Amino acid sequence: MIVVVFGVFLLTILVVTAVAIVRTENLFVAVMLMSIFSLLMAANFFILDAADVALTEAAIGAGITTVIFLGALALTARREEAVSSGRMVPLAVVTVLAMVMIWATFDKPRLGDPDAPVHQHVAPWYLEKTPELIGIPNVVTAVLGTFRGYDTLGEVFVVFAACIGVLFVLSAGGLRDRSKEADAESIGLKHHLIPKVVGRLLVPFIVLFGLYVQFHGEYGPGGGFQAGAIIATGIILYALLEGETNALRALPRRVLLGMVVGGALLYTLVGVAGMLLGGNFLDYSVLASDPVVGQQVGIILIEAGVGITVCGSLLSIFHAFAAREAS
Amino acid sequence: MELLGYFNYWVFAVVLVIGFYAVIAKGNLIKKLLGLAIFQSAVFLMYITMDKIEGGTAPIIQDGADGQLYSNPLPQVLILTAIVVGVSMTAMGLALVVRIKEAYGTIEESVILEEDHRS
Amino acid sequence: MELTLDILSWILMTTGGLFVLIGGIGALRLPNIYTRMHAASLTDTMASILVLTGIMLQAGFSLATIKLMAILVFLLLTGPTASYAIANAALLSGMRPDAAETSPDKAKTPTEPSA
Repeated sequence: MIVVVFGVFLLTILVVTAVAIVRTENLFVAVMLMSIFSLLMAANFFILDAADVALTEAAIGAGITTVIFLGALALTARREEAVSSGRMVPLAVVTVLAMVMIWATFDKPRLGDPDAPVHQHVAPWYLEKTPELIGIPNVVTAVLGTFRGYDTLGEVFVVFAACIGVLFVLSAGGLRDRSKEADAESIGLKHHLIPKVVGRLLVPFIVLFGLYVQFHGEYGPGGGFQAGAIIATGIILYALLEGETNALRALPRRVLLGMVVGGALLYTLVGVAGMLLGGNFLDYSVLASDPVVGQQVGIILIEAGVGITVCGSLLSIFHAFAAREAS
Repeated sequence: MELLGYFNYWVFAVVLVIGFYAVIAKGNLIKKLLGLAIFQSAVFLMYITMDKIEGGTAPIIQDGADGQLYSNPLPQVLILTAIVVGVSMTAMGLALVVRIKEAYGTIEESVILEEDHRS
Repeated sequence: MELTLDILSWILMTTGGLFVLIGGIGALRLPNIYTRMHAASLTDTMASILVLTGIMLQAGFSLATIKLMAILVFLLLTGPTASYAIANAALLSGMRPDAAETSPDKAKTPTEPSA
């Protein structure tokens, strides 16, 4: 009961935040509200028993998305021009759409119904067979890594392609003059002693936590997607504190690009290795003499590939935005 | 109490159309992308709502807890990957917006369309 | 013993919740950004210490307590730093911390007293 009330409360704030995002004309405020929206969404996911998804949404939605949006705002505009005309038609359209959708929800099974069709299909099989076939406690990681390995491979390649796309679009012309940047850096820094000291203290722990999430993903909530985002957050914090140049000295663009390509390649090679050893593509049970151990080796390797790709592409995207000159 | 079981789906519908409204009614390209992100989050909410099972817990199997119900792992896997793909797509959209700003000097749709008609 | 711990932890958590409420009201009602931050930073420090200590009493000696301590240390490091960074940014962007009652919306006309 108390959980239901709490969920209703959070969801109500969620709607209010969404309305505020659409209504405000200050884009900076809108982006900050978007971060709050993501955090509320993560809390909701957690109440709905989706710990892995909550972790992902908190790290990526509330963390990385905000940074990328802010990077884009610095290059474009702070405020939105007021639109004077044509507000009635869209409003009517979305009202009708909302009515139709709310009417349709009455055909859906209510929240938590054990007889809902979605709980009858493959999910019981996954829950029953995971301890026997894979031998790891976290079913989400098992489904992500082996049962639906093709799907995850596709998603990794989508991230890879999006990263390459951003680099293509943003690399042409207009890169910031390095000499000007050195000046700007020396002005701002003397006021930021406290954040720098505290930040320096925190960066190693954030990266360490990221590695924990990466390698503990088989036993608790976590995995490559979350870990990649958390490690990227730590390095972005370093870049914000010490300046982009220093961050690029520590992790040059070439290395980042190598991570993006290497992670996707590692995932594919694990699949190919399965084929060479006589199994199917992405069949990990042939990787070791014991099929269960093979599955576990496969999951650890492909999660590492996922983490490397996600971390590399998020950092590449961040640097691509940071390196452009505001026009 | 019976009706509260549908509350998550109503919030899904309302948040979805709020995002949709921002996409179709706002002229600012960044606002449109924010609307798209809200729309996307609403879909995530619907999927995760479906995975919940009464008396269940997160799908991490505990030893010695026989008969424990676990929530459905499949929607969680789908949404976990979708969130990461979502941020990549948002970044791609923002990169295009930055280039549009450099080419046209504005990110307001009406001004961009005007300029296109003139040339 | 059990009951004493329960009562103690509930007192701590309720007081912490009260501080969050006070911080929220202050952030909405106070006149300018510096006073607002003063109210908001209350939730970062006092409230989080009280609430987390309350939860630790509930958790007893277990791994969860260690995790909660780590969270507390993290919050106590980052919260004041974030407050400092916001105040610093406000100062650099030209908001004067003077006693005249200026609301953030009217920062450009600091002479005009707000009601």
